[in-house]
Amino acid sequence: MLMSKSIQAVVTRPNARWWLAAATGLAFAATGAIQTAKAQDTIKVGILHSLSGTMAISETTLKDTMLFLIDEQNKKGGLLGKKLEAVVVDPASNWPLFAEKARELITKDKVAAVFGCWTSVSRKSVLPVFKELNSILFYPVKRWVLAGTDYVYPRTTNKILEAYLKAKGVAAEDIMINYTPFGHSDWQTIVADIKKFGSQGKKTAVVSTINGDANVPFYKELGNQGVKATDIPVVAFSVGEEELAGLDTKPLLGHLAAWNYFQSIKSAGNDAFIAKWKAYTKNPKRVTNDPMEAHVIGFAMWVKAVEKVKSTDPDKVIDALPGITAPNLTGGTSTMLPNHHITKPVFIGEIKGDGQFAVVWKTPGLVPGDAWSDFLPGSKDLEADWVKLKCGNYNKVTKKCGGQAS
Amino acid sequence: MRGFNGLLIALALAFIALVSVTLARAQSPGDVLAKFTTDDFSDTAEAVEALAASGDKMAAPIIFALQDGRLLFDAKSKTVFIKDASGAILDAATGQPVTAAPAELETVGINNRLRRAIEAALGTLTLLAPEPQKRLEAALAVYKSRDEKALPALDTAIAKETNANIKRALLEARAAVIVLSADAPEAARLDAVGVIRARGDQEALSLLSSLPADAPPALAKAAASAIKAIQGQLEIWNGVQNAWYGLSLGSVLLLAAIGLAITFGVMGIINMAHGEMVMIGAYVTFMVQEVIRTRYPGLFDYSLLMAVPLAFLVAGAIGIAIERGIIRFLYGRPLETLLATWGLSLILQQAVRTAFGSSNKEVGAPSWMSGAFEVGHLNITYGRLWIICFTLIVFVALLAMLRFTRLGLEMRAVTQNRAMAAAMGIRTARIDALTFGLGSGIAGIAGVALSQIDNVSPNLGQGYIIDSFMVVVFGGVGNLWGTLVGAFTLGIANKFLEPYAGAVLGKIAILVLIILFIQKRPRGMFALKGRAVEA
Repeated sequence: MLMSKSIQAVVTRPNARWWLAAATGLAFAATGAIQTAKAQDTIKVGILHSLSGTMAISETTLKDTMLFLIDEQNKKGGLLGKKLEAVVVDPASNWPLFAEKARELITKDKVAAVFGCWTSVSRKSVLPVFKELNSILFYPVKRWVLAGTDYVYPRTTNKILEAYLKAKGVAAEDIMINYTPFGHSDWQTIVADIKKFGSQGKKTAVVSTINGDANVPFYKELGNQGVKATDIPVVAFSVGEEELAGLDTKPLLGHLAAWNYFQSIKSAGNDAFIAKWKAYTKNPKRVTNDPMEAHVIGFAMWVKAVEKVKSTDPDKVIDALPGITAPNLTGGTSTMLPNHHITKPVFIGEIKGDGQFAVVWKTPGLVPGDAWSDFLPGSKDLEADWVKLKCGNYNKVTKKCGGQAS
Repeated sequence: MRGFNGLLIALALAFIALVSVTLARAQSPGDVLAKFTTDDFSDTAEAVEALAASGDKMAAPIIFALQDGRLLFDAKSKTVFIKDASGAILDAATGQPVTAAPAELETVGINNRLRRAIEAALGTLTLLAPEPQKRLEAALAVYKSRDEKALPALDTAIAKETNANIKRALLEARAAVIVLSADAPEAARLDAVGVIRARGDQEALSLLSSLPADAPPALAKAAASAIKAIQGQLEIWNGVQNAWYGLSLGSVLLLAAIGLAITFGVMGIINMAHGEMVMIGAYVTFMVQEVIRTRYPGLFDYSLLMAVPLAFLVAGAIGIAIERGIIRFLYGRPLETLLATWGLSLILQQAVRTAFGSSNKEVGAPSWMSGAFEVGHLNITYGRLWIICFTLIVFVALLAMLRFTRLGLEMRAVTQNRAMAAAMGIRTARIDALTFGLGSGIAGIAGVALSQIDNVSPNLGQGYIIDSFMVVVFGGVGNLWGTLVGAFTLGIANKFLEPYAGAVLGKIAILVLIILFIQKRPRGMFALKGRAVEA
């Protein structure tokens, strides 16, 4: 997410055509410089994940996932008869550095594709999930606490949610919005405020967009102050198996999280993947999570597209991508849409005592990713379509590419 | 009149109870149990309700098992089993052990709605349990569920109860049911408002504000005045709570800064790797707990006590190595010290990341540090309380060490006048190493405590380094008392600002205030007087 912002900033420049953000949690970039790579007998794949800095917690695992996937593909005989070779670079959680390193991978290392970024599709499809929440929480929630880390993603999400809630007739005083700095560790006051806000006679739920690190002390404080899911459920959009690994989850039974994938989902593909992943990392306790699944799908789609056009030429691969399908790990099949987003099911899971999630609700079908929210004034006129329009931010009103909504 | 009304209600309740019992009877126990085997949340909810109303002696054990995830079922034969604490399988219908249980048993799943239904059902079922703790929990559960069907059981329980605390909880539960019951006589409801008002906490407020709008005017008026009274009282408690949070935050700041007060404050070394010493202390705690978990699970409650000396030794040893290896070549060159220790902090972080992986490590809380208790309306968590005590102990021990031991004396001598101390025969180089080791060791101890409230990851230290410098500079460089006062001042100021300004703005405001303060008093609150070495 953090990263895709900076890539997307480049994408929105109309002439930067060879940049492409396929928003499934992977940014996918390639260049025309690929012809030189063809002459060699390996295909180079760039891996762009922070191995140091604040995002390292979430992203190091994703680097391992990519190495694992490349390893698996090579065991199957590689791609187009060539072996894949991973080129790992470390953008050190420094956002401008991501763009610089991506450029370096493409121009210097001449990679065929770059896999990177850390995000999740459930964030893109926050609204459909949110619409269902009221029924999932099993009572009509009247008051909402929107708690998030103070940066662009939570602020955008909360803006969308607030607009949606107000459209649904929730009064302004029944919405409490709270932002905290990155890595906030003293949650006493905020949890006490949530408790107070929640005990005024109306059913209350918390939607948390708190980022990575800060979740652990937040959940610890919830457990300590005895905020139980039966009284005030907390729904998280950024807490997964990996974040719960550092926590005693017993006091957190029943709090919720929304993702496109949970490790606990039973399907033949998922069971096989978990077993292979544990064998590859030689760690029987290693967990899998949603961003990893995003990589699995994204990588499989790239491989398919390359095989279809029999070339790693990025322009051809990009044109072949929309419509490509790949099995996801939850038993369905995901499709690449013309806006370069991927269809996936959305699940809501309850935290169990062992740090895993029990699925309590899922979307009946696959949810198409929407690049621009229909609920915000600045973006509801925008549309992304790389097949017909060849544009990532086409304005439906002014009929121009690259225009902000008026 | 009142008596007549009471009679009517008793009759009505008896009728309701009778109807629900006959309804439940209409379904045979087998039918009820079979509902669990569909593993459908609404079927399970119906089964729980039917069981609770049935009066069956197996009802409570079955519902308990469901709550703990010990209720199993076999989908084929539609039979339900309970797994007891020892792992034995019992038949849920009879409670007898089963010799040949089906091989593939599945657990009956529950969700939040069911958890609430279960708590409510158990509340009614266990009001007369022999264990006082269970009765208290039952009373609290009924208070929350406000289930009218629990009234007869409540009345029996109140008549029988001897424990004053539980009796009060039972009476409050009864009042909660009656206040919201539209059928209850107005006088009883007014009495109930009085009981709730005496309770006077957030829950009472929540109950009274959920009174429906069509309540009789007298009742609404009583409730409104009760709400006002409770709110006024809670306002005061709010202030007390903020002060407590401030103390707690202050103690964390003090703990993180106290080691820095030695290395930066006393020795004048700008040690950017201070946070990493804290992080190393936290990882030592994690390793101690890992060993205990695998080898001696019975000792888990003592794991933190064992980790304290170990963390001190490990972090202290690393500190001495850093001083001997790097810092002693850089004395008097603050800019280079800063850069060298900063680089070192990155190396240490990456080393830990390579050795342990980047994911968070779970450090458990011993039982004596989990949970909370209430003083009046102040909610105090044991973990925070212990951290405050621990901080004060460390602080006093450090003061005593500097004041009363030979090492402390020599340390003070070297800081006050290095040349003179050397002339008196003190080996200043050795003292420098030991002082730096002491500061680092104390940072390691801080890591043990911080592992309880923060996440144990390679980045743990980064979050504390700036706060630590802030505390030391604000309190006055070179003065331990200044660090103490500085930490608590910043903690309390932060917590009183936070409710009004929010966490982000509160932090900025504190930073601005400190900058302004430093302009006025560049040497902090308690500046050292006299001839300091480097001055």
